[in-house]
Amino acid sequence: MALKYIEEYRDGTLARAIIKKIQAVSKKKLRLMEVCGTHTMSIFRHGIRSVLPEGISLLSGPGCPVCVTAQKDIDAFVAFSRLDNVIVTTFGDLIKVPGSSSSLGKEKAGGADVRIVYSVFDAVNIARENKEKEVVFCGVGFETTIPTIAAGILMGIQEKLDNFSIYSANKLTPPALAALMETDGVKIDGFILPGHVSVITGTNAYRDTFENYNIPSVISGFEPIDILNAILLLIQQNEVGKPALENGYPRAVSDQGNEKAKLIMNQVFEVCNATWRGIGDIPLSGMSPKKEYEKFDAAIKFGMDMPDMPEPKGCACGQILMGLKTPEQCGLYKKKCTPMTPVGPCMVSSEGSCAAFYRYA
Amino acid sequence: MIEEKVLLDHGSGGKVSHSMFSDLILPLFENPELSKQDDGATLDIKGTKLAFSTDSYVVDPIFFPGGNIGDLAVNGTINDISMCGANPKFISVGLIIEEGLPVKDLKKILETMAIAAKKAGVKIVTGDTKVVPKGKADKIFINTSGIGVIPPHIDVSGSNAKPGDKIIISGTIADHGIAILSSREGLKFDSEIKTDSAPLNGMVQSIIQSECDIHVLRDPTRGGLGTTLNEIALQSGVGIKIQEQSLPIRGAVQGTCELLGFDPLYIANEGKLIAFVPEKYATKALELIHQDEFGKDAVIIGEVTKENSGKVFLKTRIGGLRVIDMLTGEQLPRIC
Repeated sequence: MALKYIEEYRDGTLARAIIKKIQAVSKKKLRLMEVCGTHTMSIFRHGIRSVLPEGISLLSGPGCPVCVTAQKDIDAFVAFSRLDNVIVTTFGDLIKVPGSSSSLGKEKAGGADVRIVYSVFDAVNIARENKEKEVVFCGVGFETTIPTIAAGILMGIQEKLDNFSIYSANKLTPPALAALMETDGVKIDGFILPGHVSVITGTNAYRDTFENYNIPSVISGFEPIDILNAILLLIQQNEVGKPALENGYPRAVSDQGNEKAKLIMNQVFEVCNATWRGIGDIPLSGMSPKKEYEKFDAAIKFGMDMPDMPEPKGCACGQILMGLKTPEQCGLYKKKCTPMTPVGPCMVSSEGSCAAFYRYA
Repeated sequence: MIEEKVLLDHGSGGKVSHSMFSDLILPLFENPELSKQDDGATLDIKGTKLAFSTDSYVVDPIFFPGGNIGDLAVNGTINDISMCGANPKFISVGLIIEEGLPVKDLKKILETMAIAAKKAGVKIVTGDTKVVPKGKADKIFINTSGIGVIPPHIDVSGSNAKPGDKIIISGTIADHGIAILSSREGLKFDSEIKTDSAPLNGMVQSIIQSECDIHVLRDPTRGGLGTTLNEIALQSGVGIKIQEQSLPIRGAVQGTCELLGFDPLYIANEGKLIAFVPEKYATKALELIHQDEFGKDAVIIGEVTKENSGKVFLKTRIGGLRVIDMLTGEQLPRIC
């Protein structure tokens, strides 16, 4: 049974044709950054690096939601799990990320009620079924996830739940791109822009960044044909010296994006400053519930404000997330820091650079 | 093993599980039979080679599309014994039942076990039942152990893979794990995804009794095909290269994996085997497997190489190359 939108975009013959075109047109040495964690994984899974010309380097950027979650936010999740009567609900990967002293996984093994959920709606269900307990949802993720979390809060209102709240460590993509371009030492010749984020935000969300920095940018889907095509377009833009913002995922991404999702997101959330692991504070790069929804804001409800702790010595996650270093250039990589004994989030998350390198390279 | 507490990952069959076995369990029980780390132990009792194996089943939910914990437990041990090149004849059953389990559920499970044993031609000859207070077990846990005789000329082991061997898988991957997951998460599909739990002793007997020389037999259960290939590569000190294009997978299973962000290479199978066979016997072995009820979708997926000892490589559909590493711990669903 052929899976539509998957099989065609994994076709070996088509791939070979695009690879041939890439090899023909590529002359310059280029550093291209994929911003989305799922792209990082897809590039590794399909062995894309192994088919590109030597002069093309692919860097992984800060698009893995778990990897960019600040240490203090992990500490907050751990602190919630230690409270009596609280059920912490989280996306899977987050459970293994080490905070400054513990992780949700360790707390769970020690008896804390920490549950892995597929979506915020599972957390709402748990709240409904456990009225005597408080349910806190760990909100990580970019524009793809934020509208669903907003919908979760609206569901909580509809069902008159007073035992459900979210701790928002949610982040926005365009400010991260701008921060990257402003960072000394960062040399990027083109962005492979995220797929699912762009479905929500639309191509228009990147116009300001593109106009300010004039950097070749192509939105890409996740199949190997999508990614190879995006790489081809970025190389072509660089070779002719004509940067452009292109939508390489038109079957899913429009200029305006998903208006309904954006409406819900902006109804419930407002932009705020946020701390990105390894990068630091980026103004107006996060989202938190608006005042009228503060009953659902776990940070306010529980007075949770953890101090920023220094990151583990030697951990280069921040520099890796900005493409300044590769995992192999981190002193801890494969020595102290392995998937079994992760030091930083890049090694924990299934979409983290270091985890991907370790598994596939 | 550095953890202070046992984690769920220790039971996932990946690297963390392996470290618990090699750092904690093996040193304490140290003996040559255990050190081989095959699906079952090969024992020599007065000149007769026996295979002996045990497995415990704690799956949740206990009833899932295509089967339940009972026939899973029976088939599982039948298969472990078969993977040693033995013909399973007798199994034991240990039941740990949570107080309050409906008797009709227990009856259904036992009935299915009886049917599975009969179908495979094995007898359940001994067992034990314990009941624990409510909350001290999750509905029912089952342990099965089995023994079988290994014909004198047969030497099948994870450490026997040789460069040039072809690797055959007897059918589609990831069916069982996805059936369980879908059932657990209440995911519904137009075409139901069922477990592939099945007894493989018939298939194994037909290939080992033929002129085919079989080097390795393994059923890729917990940790999936990817983990199993890594185990064999390490045990045998060889490299393995497989072709993504040739991996058999049902559309619905692949679709679910894509949706949830799981890699089918690491998802459990319960009615499939992989066979490592010298190239000259590969076609014949494949033919024999095709003739078995449970081997219709068998296919050659790759081969053993001299280079890259201990590593497993995948040639991707687009012509790229990447490593298939052993799973570290539990696979976790995607976030976005």
